[in-house]
Amino acid sequence: MARLDVRKTYKLYIGGAFPRSESGRTYEALDAKGRFLANAAQASRKDARDAVGAARKAFGGWSTRTPYNRGQILYRTAEMLEGRRDQFISEVKASEGLTAAQAARAVDAAIDRWVWYAGWSDKLTQVVGNANPVSTPHFNLSTPEPTGVVAVVAPQDSSLLGLVSVIAPAIVSGNTVVVVSSYERPLPAITLSEVLATSDLPGGVVNVLTGDATEIAPWLASHRDVNAIDLAGVTDETLAAELEEASADNLKRVVRPSETDWSTEPGITRMTAFLETKTVWHPIGV
Amino acid sequence: MADKPIFEYAPAPQSRSVVDIRSSYGLFIGGEFVEGASAASFKTISPATEEVLAEVTEANAEDVDRAVAAARRAYTRVWSRMPGAERAKYLYRIARIIAERAREFAVLESLDNGKPIKESRDADIPLVAQWFFYYAGWADKLAYAGLGTNPKAHGVAGQIIPWNFPLMMLAWKIAPALAAGNTVVLKPAETTPLTALLFAEVCQQADLPPGVVNIVTGAGATGQAIVEHPDVDKVAFTGSTDVGKAIARSVAGTRKKVTLELGGKAANIVFDDAPVDQAVDGIVNGIFFNQGHVCCAGSRLLVQESVYDELLDRLKRRMTTLRVGDPLDKNTDIGAINSAEQLARIRELSAIGDAEGAERWSPPCELPANGFWFAPTIFTGVTQAHRIAREEIFGPVLSVLTFRTPAEAVEKANNTPYGLSAGVWTEKGSRILSIANQLRAGVVWANTFNKFDPASPFGGYKESGYGREGGKPGLAAYLTEESN
Repeated sequence: MARLDVRKTYKLYIGGAFPRSESGRTYEALDAKGRFLANAAQASRKDARDAVGAARKAFGGWSTRTPYNRGQILYRTAEMLEGRRDQFISEVKASEGLTAAQAARAVDAAIDRWVWYAGWSDKLTQVVGNANPVSTPHFNLSTPEPTGVVAVVAPQDSSLLGLVSVIAPAIVSGNTVVVVSSYERPLPAITLSEVLATSDLPGGVVNVLTGDATEIAPWLASHRDVNAIDLAGVTDETLAAELEEASADNLKRVVRPSETDWSTEPGITRMTAFLETKTVWHPIGV
Repeated sequence: MADKPIFEYAPAPQSRSVVDIRSSYGLFIGGEFVEGASAASFKTISPATEEVLAEVTEANAEDVDRAVAAARRAYTRVWSRMPGAERAKYLYRIARIIAERAREFAVLESLDNGKPIKESRDADIPLVAQWFFYYAGWADKLAYAGLGTNPKAHGVAGQIIPWNFPLMMLAWKIAPALAAGNTVVLKPAETTPLTALLFAEVCQQADLPPGVVNIVTGAGATGQAIVEHPDVDKVAFTGSTDVGKAIARSVAGTRKKVTLELGGKAANIVFDDAPVDQAVDGIVNGIFFNQGHVCCAGSRLLVQESVYDELLDRLKRRMTTLRVGDPLDKNTDIGAINSAEQLARIRELSAIGDAEGAERWSPPCELPANGFWFAPTIFTGVTQAHRIAREEIFGPVLSVLTFRTPAEAVEKANNTPYGLSAGVWTEKGSRILSIANQLRAGVVWANTFNKFDPASPFGGYKESGYGREGGKPGLAAYLTEESN
């Protein structure tokens, strides 16, 4: 008799744990041809709040890690991604309807991108910070600092490469993240959660909600303890405008949706979007 | 309390003769002064005397439309095509003309704003000239701004500035915008339009191509017309957090770029090992500079308990030497409150401080009979729950709180929705760096306060807004990385 495979229950990733949605809801994740893949947890407003709470709690510790340490942890994540390469390829292939070769290229690009971002942890300050030549006798230094808790609506089409392209730039500088995965293609995001959970990344630094961004994102946009929002995966212009408007209530930093080719080198704008500049003055010679 | 000084100051008035104020002003659109589409106008007065200085045009949506069209034409036909090196030369010219006419600008600024001449003369106007000089040098070096080898301007920038540093805010907005290749429509505050209108003459003297700089006067409705104009690509605003939020809402769903410099409630933290005299001077400068009309003013003094009594004694003694009065007197330390409306707000919040049980103290000082005045004031016995410790007063009013440990100081300092600036006073270097690291604020002044420089980025965390002005980040706010 043929062996029956052991299937997995797919859950959310909040504060380093894998809870079901408190709402008890799931939805069907289908492959590109409409066949059933799994029941994914459908996150609710309460799950989003819990995720923001976990991200806030993790911010102090993560943002004060040394850049070297953050880089090592991100690199460790890439190692774990590599270890799960086959699983990602099969999930990306099924979710996005790619050929095996195309899916492999997308997964490899995602892993390489994560490595690329890992290397930025201890270089970003040197590239975007400044010693400022002021005209008075003062020492004057501008350094970038993470802005805080970043909410992200992940790209809807590129289920893994797009996803890592929005998570890694936010966390490498010390922000913590709540990400709403691609609604129709959640499986690579859930597997990424399992990678993150085993990568020495402190719980709460990345929180992954599977579900409907049109339902969850408004709560994230209006949440007073979220400092920035990345609308990468918001395809509906009306919704994007509403989310931007809600973000004004506490002056969240907003990255607007735009046509992005995730396969090209991203540049540093996605990292700098979630940075503050702190300038410290001190008299010289007093 | 110190006794009255033995020697009285002799009056040292700055002559007004250097300034020639017209009885009425039009709008500066397309390189010349033009009449507004409607006959609406308003008066700008001297807050020190309530004397009417001039009649100013109230621009409506039609006027804004004309100004934006002029800016667009200038952008498309001239400014965006001009080599950076040529743009630079225009900005250098402007910097030089401002320096040449510095005294004229300083007197006009003090007349219209009410700030002491020694501040407009020694701080505001020199910084204005320097701001243009600094950004002039960037115009032909944009490839080094950190946005790739060929960064692009946004196009037409709509800029709205406040009344506390009228010409300085103009320079902060216009200099980087023009250096980056944008053209601008700028609205000065309704109570302080005169130096912006004089700046229009500087643009003419510099032969700046018509339409590169347009200045429209008016109040909130004029500003709103600028923000909402579909052909404005970039909005830059300095002012209150409430208006900043309204602007952020209004540009939602558009392609407009935005930078916002908003309110603050800065903590000025004094540790027990701080050099007391320097700290006292820094506290005074932090809250009484420009009558406290400073978004980054050190309006919450946090004093370590062990030095509280000594510090408060010395602070009060120092405050008795502050001279309040005629802004054009060169010995004046504190000038007039900018408007009747602002004076009413300062009085209202101070009355709330009384009602909530904080203890008010001001040095004995005689205030002029006419004009808008408020004596330098401190409130002691303030807790974090008091409204005077939470809301921006934007006047010469200091709230004093205490703390015991560095951790408590940081906690209290960060306990506000704002995050613009902060001060730290201690002789211990490691403590300065540790506290500065923990403060969620865009500018930290250690053993100094209220220092500004065009090479130094300025701007806030959290609800103090987004974007930076000054330095390379201030230039980047007007550029975009070239894509596709």
